[in-house]
Amino acid sequence: MTEVDARSRPRPADGSDPGQAPSKVTIGKALNLGLRAAMERDPKVILMGEDIGRLGGVFRITDGLQKDFGEQRVLDTPLAESGIVGAAIGLAIRGYRPVCEIQFDGFIFPAFDQIVSQLAKLNYRSQGRIRMPVVIRVPFGGGIGAVEHHSESPESYFAHTAGLKVVACSNPVDAYWMIQQAIESDEPVLFFEPKRRYHEKAELDLTATPVPLHSSRVLRRGGTATIACYGPMVKTCLEAAESAAEQEGHDLEVIDLRTLSPLDLEPVHESVRRTGRLVVASEAPGESSIASEIAARVQQECFYSLEAPVVRVTGFDTPYPPSKLEEEYLPDLDRVLHAVEQSLGW
Amino acid sequence: MAKRRPTVREPRGQHGPAGEDAATDGGQRREFYRRMVFIRRFEERAARAYTQAEIGGYCHLNLGEEATVVGLMSALEQTDYLFTNYREHGYALARGVAAGRVMAELYGRRDGVSKGWGGSMHLFDGNARLLGGYGIVGGQLPLATGAALAIDYRGGDEAVACVMGDGTTNIGAFHESLNIAALWNLPVVYVVVNNGLGMGTTVEKASGEPELHRKAASYRMSSARVDGNDPVAVREAMLSALASARSGRPFLLEAVSSRLKGHSVVDPAKYRTREEVEALRTSDPVAALAFRLRDEGELTDEAIAEIDAEATSAVAAAVAFAEASPAPSVDTLFDYTYATPVPNDSRRLPGQPLFEPAPLPRIGADR
Ligand SMILES: Cc1ncc(C[n+]2csc(CCOP(=O)(O)OP(=O)(O)O)c2C)c(N)n1
Ligand SMILES: [Mg+2]
Repeated sequence: MTEVDARSRPRPADGSDPGQAPSKVTIGKALNLGLRAAMERDPKVILMGEDIGRLGGVFRITDGLQKDFGEQRVLDTPLAESGIVGAAIGLAIRGYRPVCEIQFDGFIFPAFDQIVSQLAKLNYRSQGRIRMPVVIRVPFGGGIGAVEHHSESPESYFAHTAGLKVVACSNPVDAYWMIQQAIESDEPVLFFEPKRRYHEKAELDLTATPVPLHSSRVLRRGGTATIACYGPMVKTCLEAAESAAEQEGHDLEVIDLRTLSPLDLEPVHESVRRTGRLVVASEAPGESSIASEIAARVQQECFYSLEAPVVRVTGFDTPYPPSKLEEEYLPDLDRVLHAVEQSLGW
Repeated sequence: MAKRRPTVREPRGQHGPAGEDAATDGGQRREFYRRMVFIRRFEERAARAYTQAEIGGYCHLNLGEEATVVGLMSALEQTDYLFTNYREHGYALARGVAAGRVMAELYGRRDGVSKGWGGSMHLFDGNARLLGGYGIVGGQLPLATGAALAIDYRGGDEAVACVMGDGTTNIGAFHESLNIAALWNLPVVYVVVNNGLGMGTTVEKASGEPELHRKAASYRMSSARVDGNDPVAVREAMLSALASARSGRPFLLEAVSSRLKGHSVVDPAKYRTREEVEALRTSDPVAALAFRLRDEGELTDEAIAEIDAEATSAVAAAVAFAEASPAPSVDTLFDYTYATPVPNDSRRLPGQPLFEPAPLPRIGADR
C-alpha cells in the first residue's frame, strides 16, 4: 500500500535494501532501524497504528517489524485514532512504552482530545505518579503532491500544550537517534517526521554518541545572517545557504532546531549575537506558530544585537491548497532567500 | 427532540437522465447497466489521468462498487441530501453532476465543481444536493446527522443519505452519530459500503462485530444487509431504508461488494493473495450484469458495445472539458479562507515584510 508519494510514482518502497548492512540509509530506513533497536532493547516498547504491521505502514517505516517482533508488539489497529492514542495512554499507565503511528498529519485530530486532555496532563494531575512514555509518530508537511489532511504541519498545536514534548527530525542520523531517545523519554513526545524527505540518504554510524534529544544544532556556520528551521525546511535552508554563498557571497548560518518544545534557543541566541539577523523558516502557517515563538523570544534575549526584525518565512495562513498550488504555498529556496534579503536590507 | 410524524411517500423513481425504457424490469436493469458502465469508464479514465499526473492529490475509485452506487442513487429523491467519503466520483455522476465538471475538479481546474479547490476527495455540489465527499474517515457522519436534524426542524420530508466504508464503522464519529440519530429520530440512512477492506485491513481484523449492519442494534436502529453487486436489490433496500428514515426511523444499510483495485490509484494492493485477486474476477458487478442481461436476452452484444462506446465518448468529452479549463490562479490562494472580509487582515504573504517599515512621520499631517 503506497499512498506515499502522490507525485512521483511508482517508486521503490523505502529506497534502501533491508538485507544489506546499512552505510548510507534513508530517513525512512533510519527510523525503521531506530524503532528496531528500541524494541530489541526494551520489551515494553509496543508499536501500534493502522496497517503498520503486516504492511509496514503507508510509508514503510515499520516494515518487517511485525514479522520479527510478532503481532503482540506490533499491533495493526482498527481505524480509530482516538482509540489508538487512548489505548497507548492506558498501556503507559501500566508501564509500557507505546509508539503510535498516525498515518498522515491531518489524521491526528480525532486523537487530539486524548493527546491534549489526557496524555499531556496525567503526569501533572497525578503529581508525578503517572508517567507517560508515549511516542506519537507523525509524518508531516507537504511537497509530495498531496492535498489537505495529507500535507499539513500541525506541530504548533502540540507545542502550545504544556506537558507535551515536540521534536522534528530532518536527516537520517537524527531520525535514528531521536526516535530512540523519544522512546526512552519518560514523557510524551510528538515525533514529527518530514515525509517528503523520507528518501534522503546519509551515512549512519551506529556507534556514534548521539547529541541530546532536546538540543538544536548548528549545521552550517556563517556570519551574515542566521536561519533557524526544522523538519523538511532544513534541506531547503541549507540549499538556500549554498546558493546565497555562491551567488551573493553571503555566509549564512543554518540551525536545525530539532526540538520544538521545549525549544533550545541558546545556539540561536549565540548565533544572532554574532550575525544580528534571524530568519525563521517553517512549512507551518506563521500565525501563532513555532516561528512566532522564536521571534518573540529572540527579540527579548538579543534585542541589542539585532540589526533587523526577525523575519519569518512560513506556509501561508490558509488551509493547505490543492496540489497544483502547493509549490506556491510551501516556502521554497527563493522565499527563504527573499526573507534573508529583507533582513539584510533593513 | 419531537418524534417525527411518519410521512412516507411514494418514491418517484430514478432521477438523473431517465432511461427511455426504465419502466420495465429489464429496462430498469439496462438503465442501471448503462450508468454503471459510465462510472466504470469514468473511473478508468481518471486512473489514467492520475498516472499521467494530470490529476494531483489522491484518487480513490468506485471500481467494483458501481452497482451499489447506481442502486443507491436511483433510490434517492432529487430533494434528498447526500454525504459521502472520498470515494465519491461515481456518486456525483449518478447524482447528475455533469461529468465534465467532476473531471475538471479532479484535474484541479477552474470549471470543476469547487473551482478545482476540492479535488477528488472533496466533491461538492449544492444543486445536486451532494453535500460533500470527505477525506477524513468518519468526518461526514456527524455532519450528515446535523443535516437530518435540519430537515427535522423544518419539517420537510427529505432524507439524508450518508455513505461510508466498512472501516469507518470503527471510528468514534460513527457511534456518536448513530446514537444521536436514533435518539432524535432523524431522517437519515447510514450506508456502509462494505468492500471488505479499509486500505489493507480486512473487516474481520478491524471490527468486533464483522456483520456491520448489526452494529445498529446498539442504538435500536433498524438495519439490513444487501448484495452490493445487484443494483436492483440495492435500490429496493435503499428505498425501504429511506422510507424508514422519512418516517423518523433512521436506518443502517450495509451493501457488500468488492474493491476491484487498490485503495487509491497509487496502491498496488500487494497485500492481496493470488486467490483473492482471482476471486475478484468473479465479483465484477459490471461484467456480471452484462452477462446476465445478455443471457436473458435483454441486451445484445451490439447493444453492449454501443453502451460502452457511448460511455467512452462521454468520458472523453469530460476529459476534453477538464483539459480546456484553466488552473486556478495563485492570487486566489487566500480567497474564501474566511467567509467575510477579516478586519486587520494584512493578507501578508510569508516572506513579505512581517513588519512593514514604519511609515515616515508626515510633516504637517492633519491632526
Ligand atoms: C481519521 C482518518 N484516519 C485515517 C485515514 C486514512 N484512511 C483513508 S481511507 C482509509 C480506509 C477507510 O476504509 P473504509 O472506511 O472501508 O473505506 P474504503 O476506502 O474501503 O472505501 C484510511 C485508513 C483517514 N483518511 N482519516
Ligand atoms: Mg472499505
